[in-house]
Amino acid sequence: MTYAAPGAPPAASVEPPIVTDNPVAGITRLASRVITLCWVELRKIRHDRTELYTRAIQPTLWLLIYGEVFTRVRAIPTPEGIPYLSYLAPGIMAQSALFIAIFYGIQIIWERDAGVLTKLMVTPTPRSALITGKAFAAGVRALLQGVVVVIIAAILGVALTANPLKLLGAAIFLVLGAAFFACLSMSIAGVALARDRLMGIGQAITMPLFFSSSALYPASVMPGWLQAISKVNPLTYQVEGLRGLLIGTSTILWLDGVVMVGATIASITCASLLLPRLANR
Amino acid sequence: MIDAVRCADLSYRFGAHTAVDRVNLSIEPGEMFGLLGPNGAGKTTTIRMLTTLLKPATGSVAVFGIDATEQPMRVRRVIGYVPQMLSADANLTGVENVELFARLFDVPRKVRKERVTEALDAMGLSEAATRAAGTYSGGMIRRLELAQALINAPRLLVLDEPTVGLDPIARGNVWEYIRRLRDEHAMTVLMTTHYMDEADAYCDRVSLMHRGAIRTTGRPADLRAELGDGVTLDDVFRHYTGDTLSDKPEEGGIRDVRRARRTARRLG
Repeated sequence: MTYAAPGAPPAASVEPPIVTDNPVAGITRLASRVITLCWVELRKIRHDRTELYTRAIQPTLWLLIYGEVFTRVRAIPTPEGIPYLSYLAPGIMAQSALFIAIFYGIQIIWERDAGVLTKLMVTPTPRSALITGKAFAAGVRALLQGVVVVIIAAILGVALTANPLKLLGAAIFLVLGAAFFACLSMSIAGVALARDRLMGIGQAITMPLFFSSSALYPASVMPGWLQAISKVNPLTYQVEGLRGLLIGTSTILWLDGVVMVGATIASITCASLLLPRLANR
Repeated sequence: MIDAVRCADLSYRFGAHTAVDRVNLSIEPGEMFGLLGPNGAGKTTTIRMLTTLLKPATGSVAVFGIDATEQPMRVRRVIGYVPQMLSADANLTGVENVELFARLFDVPRKVRKERVTEALDAMGLSEAATRAAGTYSGGMIRRLELAQALINAPRLLVLDEPTVGLDPIARGNVWEYIRRLRDEHAMTVLMTTHYMDEADAYCDRVSLMHRGAIRTTGRPADLRAELGDGVTLDDVFRHYTGDTLSDKPEEGGIRDVRRARRTARRLG
C-alpha cells in the first residue's frame, strides 16, 4: 500500500493562502460558501428523493380537497373574482417552503450533536457565511418542492403565468421565504438548544404563521387583531409576491420584495449571532 | 524556531467552574503530542480554544505564531481538525464528504478532484469512495474524517480522542495512518486521549492534565523511568494526580457539570 501525499506538496512546505479581510474577498468567500452548501443539498436530494415525494402529499391534499371544496362553497371572496383554487395555489407553495425551512433548526441541532457543526466551524468559514449557506440550501430544497406544487396546480387547472421573468421572480420569493424561515428556525435552535424542545416549538409556530398570513384567505376577511398580525408576518408578503407574479393579482410587488429581503437579512444576522451559543453547548 | 502550538497562561471558565486553569504548553513542529487525562480534565476545552471555537478567559494560544483570538481565520487555514464524535455526513458519499471540505478550504477547482482522490487513497478508502458514508464502519469513518482534515494540507492536525468508540483492530489501524502521515509530511499532531497505553506507544511527548491544570509534561519513557522499573503511564498519572484513570467520568468534571445543567434545564 502506498501513502501518497494527500495534498500534492508536503504539508510543511505549503504556505497558507494569504487571506485579506477586504470586502471583495469577504463577498467572494460568502458566495463560494453559499454555492458549496447548496451543492451539498442538491447531492443529498439526488441520493434520496423520497422526501421530495412524501412532501408532495400535503400540498396535493390542500389543493385537491380543501381547494376544491372551498371553490364550490364560494365562502372566501377572491380578488377580481379569480377561482379560489388559483388564489390558494401560491399560498400552498409558500406553505410547503415554510414546512421545509422550519426543519433546518432541527437539522443544525442534529449536526451539533453529531460533531459535524464544530467541524464546519473550524474551516475558514465565517459564522454568517455558514448560516447564509444553510439558508439558501433550504431555498434550493423549497424551490424543487415548489416545482412539484406548480405541476400539481397546473394539473388541477390553475392558470399560472408562463412569463419566464415572472417565474424567476416567483422563484426568488420562494427562496427568500425558505431562507427567512430556516434562519428563524436556526435562531430558535440557538435558544432552545435541544432537538425535542425545538420540535415542539416548531410545531407550535408553523400553523399560527400559516393561519395569520394571507395564504388561505385575504386579510380583508380577518378580524382586526388578526389583520394586524398578518401585516407583520413575512409569510403574508411572500404569499402576496408569489400570487402577484404567478396569478396576476394586484399587490405592491416592490414592498413585498423589500420586506422579504429585509426579513431574510435580519434573520441571518440573528441566527449567526446565536450560532456560537448552540455550537459550544 | 516558532512553536507549532504555544499556550500561555490559558484559562477558561464555565460559570464558577474553571475548566482550564493557567495552562502553559509548547509543542514543537513535527511532534506527535498527547494531551492526557480523564473525561472532564479540560482537554476538549483546551482544544476548542486552540481551534478558535472558544475565546480564552485569560491567556493566549497561538498556532505557528498566529494568535487564535486575533486571527481565527488564519489559524483555521493551518489546522486540520477531527472531533471526538464520528461525524461524517451519512447521506453523502466518501468523495462528496471530502469534496465538501475541499470547497470549504478554497482548494482551487482545477486540482480539487485530484486532491480528493489522493486524500481518499492515502486513507485506504479508494474502493469505498463512491459509497454513502452511512455504510462505513467506525474505523472507515474515522479515516474519512482524516481525509477531510488533510485536504487542506494542514501544518497541525488536531485529533480529539481519535480512537474512542473503535474496536481494537480499527484503533491500531487508525494510529498507523496517523503516524505515517506525520512521518511523510512532517506534520505536527496534537491529540487528546484517555487511553494511556496508546499514548505511551504513539506519542513523542505527553502532558498529563487533571482538573483543568497540566500536572507534568515529558516523554512517556522518561516519565515512567523517573518512577522506577515496570511502571506504566497509568501509574505515572496516579503519582502526579493522586487519582486513577478509569473510564468512569471524574466527579465534578465539566461534562458532568454540563449534563447536570442540561438535566436541570429540562426539569425546570
